[in-house]
Amino acid sequence: MSPMHASGMTLLAAAQGGAQDVPARAQMATTLGFHIILACFGIALPSIVLLAEFIGLRRGNQTTMLLARRWSQAMGVLIAVGAVTGTVLSFEMGLLWPGLMRQYGSVLGVPFGAEGLFFFLEAIFAGIYLWGWRRLPGWAHWWSGVPIAASGIFGAISVIAVNSWMNTPGGFTERNGRITSVNVWQVFFPRSAIYEMPHMILAAYMVVGFSVASVYAVGILRGRRDRYHYTGFALGFVPAAILTPFQIFVGDTAARAIAADQPVKFAAMEYVPQTSRQVPEWLAGVYVNGHVYGGIKIPYLDSLLVGFGPGTKVTGWDSVAPADRPPVVWLIHLSFDVMVGLGTLLLLAGLWAAWTWWRRRRWPRPLLFWLLGAVSGVAAIVAMECGWVVTEEGRQPWVVYGLQTTAQAATTNGGVLASLSIVIAGYAVLGAATIAILLMLSRRWRRDDRDDAPVPYGPPDLADQPAGQVES
Amino acid sequence: MADAVGAILLASVTLYAVLGGADFGGGLWDLLAGTTARGRAPRDLIDESITPVWEANHVWLVFDLVIFWTAFPYAFATVMTTLALPIWLAVAGIVLRGAGFAFRKELTRPSWQRAAGAAFAFSSLLVPFFMGTVVGAIATGAVPADASQASLAAWTSPTALLAGFVFVAACGYLAAVYLVVEAGRRGDRPMRAYFTRRAQAAAVVAGALSLAALFELQNSNPAMFDRLTARALPLVVLAGVCGLAVLALLTAGRASGIRAIAALGVAAVIWGWGVAQYPVLLPGTAVTLTTAGATQATFVALVVIAIAAVILVIPSFALLFRLQGRHMLGEGEQGPPSAGPVRSTGVPSAAHAGPPPPNHRPGSVTRGVALGLVAIDVIARRRRTR
Repeated sequence: MSPMHASGMTLLAAAQGGAQDVPARAQMATTLGFHIILACFGIALPSIVLLAEFIGLRRGNQTTMLLARRWSQAMGVLIAVGAVTGTVLSFEMGLLWPGLMRQYGSVLGVPFGAEGLFFFLEAIFAGIYLWGWRRLPGWAHWWSGVPIAASGIFGAISVIAVNSWMNTPGGFTERNGRITSVNVWQVFFPRSAIYEMPHMILAAYMVVGFSVASVYAVGILRGRRDRYHYTGFALGFVPAAILTPFQIFVGDTAARAIAADQPVKFAAMEYVPQTSRQVPEWLAGVYVNGHVYGGIKIPYLDSLLVGFGPGTKVTGWDSVAPADRPPVVWLIHLSFDVMVGLGTLLLLAGLWAAWTWWRRRRWPRPLLFWLLGAVSGVAAIVAMECGWVVTEEGRQPWVVYGLQTTAQAATTNGGVLASLSIVIAGYAVLGAATIAILLMLSRRWRRDDRDDAPVPYGPPDLADQPAGQVES
Repeated sequence: MADAVGAILLASVTLYAVLGGADFGGGLWDLLAGTTARGRAPRDLIDESITPVWEANHVWLVFDLVIFWTAFPYAFATVMTTLALPIWLAVAGIVLRGAGFAFRKELTRPSWQRAAGAAFAFSSLLVPFFMGTVVGAIATGAVPADASQASLAAWTSPTALLAGFVFVAACGYLAAVYLVVEAGRRGDRPMRAYFTRRAQAAAVVAGALSLAALFELQNSNPAMFDRLTARALPLVVLAGVCGLAVLALLTAGRASGIRAIAALGVAAVIWGWGVAQYPVLLPGTAVTLTTAGATQATFVALVVIAIAAVILVIPSFALLFRLQGRHMLGEGEQGPPSAGPVRSTGVPSAAHAGPPPPNHRPGSVTRGVALGLVAIDVIARRRRTR
């Protein structure tokens, strides 16, 4: 976009009584924040279901087989909702951010194209796997799920490539406001991709593993201490707990790389107003007008973390003009701290279980462990959402770091507030309905704990079960 | 290269129309199936036909969007700005359709099932309608080259609204034709007759609406009309011939190949539109395939992705449709209730791994593979002529 065109757009937006970028960002945050949870289930749940089915097939374990079958029913609901909320995001790329798509669509579209391929494979094999339980032979059915798990991971890589590209853009030349050439490999693997991709994929596995574990931890807390519940807990908790230390290592590496690649974002994450050495680390605290209220200051720690020495120079946000700094610094810092804090908590829960298993070959008995297990799913989801707040808020005011501002990218159409309101109301209903249906499934499973319990919707030969009719 | 990508976009739009469109059409017939008792049989058939495949079919829409914005970003941005309202409404419909369809299976109370079913059925009507108005608005030249404001007039012109109705009718037509074949395979004579009547009615309505839209186009965009009746005439004629052939076969009670012919008819309409517009993307502007903001490298990347799609996605689709056609994909833990032969044996899995009865085979493979091959062939031919 030429500067003149951009300023023209901004003027036009201003003339219509306010820019649309703030409501547009709020709407994108709502829809992405909602979809990302479902996306995690799309990426990681198939692997966990396949793990359960694998144990069931290999060892003839009826419990894991039953769990796999039930999880796959829940997966059907989650994938369907994820498919439609993902479509909303695709449309929003143009409806909310036509400026971004107009200028950079031909660059960031390439990874999206690859993602489309994996989305295809995921949806096609989900159709086979989810509905093939009855008639596909055991191992054939298991193999039909493998492409879902694989394409979940590759699809995630493709989409994260776009976000990485927005954080550290490259791989193209721009002349007179037009893209003149594109280097596809550099677009697909920008500098930040090396840490963003594993960070998000591990996050997806943690979200799903701990969420699955939470469900059964709640059951165990309610006194259902049977083999079924402990198996369900283990199938979620063990993979997630194993991946947690790797995630913390990746996250730590990412933070150091962000200090180099996106210094202003890092400065906001760690409250570094001025470029300096011997920078302290702030735990919590709210930054207002040059003061940090309520935080714990640890001298030199930030410099130590960035460069392994107290003398390391850390770039502050004074390195750029005030207009180029993220608007709400405390939100970024607190989100970062919450993410790190929750990640550490989850690590401790995993270590606790590992220690007890090593010494006693059983799960920890204290109530606290099971309470931790019960909240671990929500904790992982909150940590992941906070991570997205950090990376997206921390890039502001840019949508493509250093090249295009979010205001330039936003639509010039009025009425984003209206669509935002509808989206918030609609997604609240959608989220509530999804959770209600999952709870309903779980209640139904508990009520008649048999594998052949009828799915109420559908069959015509059950006289008492009408089949989704519109009216009577 | 831009031409090749244009052809890829049109091919994937075509696949979305003939696969995803039929799923929307299923919702239309669900909506019109009447009261609980009367509508049970058709609703069951619709539900079982759509269940395992709708998500995969839906991905064509996402793929279309991605190709559109990657290859033709200027056109994409201005279309999304000018036609924001109908696109938002279509998006709302997509969410309601998918969520309603997925939820109603899992709900237990009839009243909730009805609510979810109604959401599914009504939104199945809205989505094709608003998408039709979007296409109609583009075809009439109502989208400027670089819009900064949404326009109500762009998509509420008679041509655009007619296009919306054409889309709804075409979806209903495709769905009814597919369901005739599906009912025939299951040996369900009443349902076969039921959907034969509806397919005939939809064929007549869709044909009449298409002709009306065509003549309305003569007023709203004469240049486009001229090219549709000159350069694109063979395709327009092909569409008409396919429609008449399907009508004739339905009346004669023959189902062999009608799905492919019906799909070919719809594809001919879409390709007629594409050929008439070529190389202009937004009629009435200077935005063409080559001047819409992408570079050669992007086009090459998209062609590579399309080739990968042909290698990976088309065989996967063929497998999905084939398993679906052989009734291997049953409802949850229940199995497809009215899948006659499969159910009566009561033996799961292995017993059905052998070759299916001969009448089960050709349709499902044709639907997946033939369409893909036709699309590839057309792309290849267009690249050669260039």
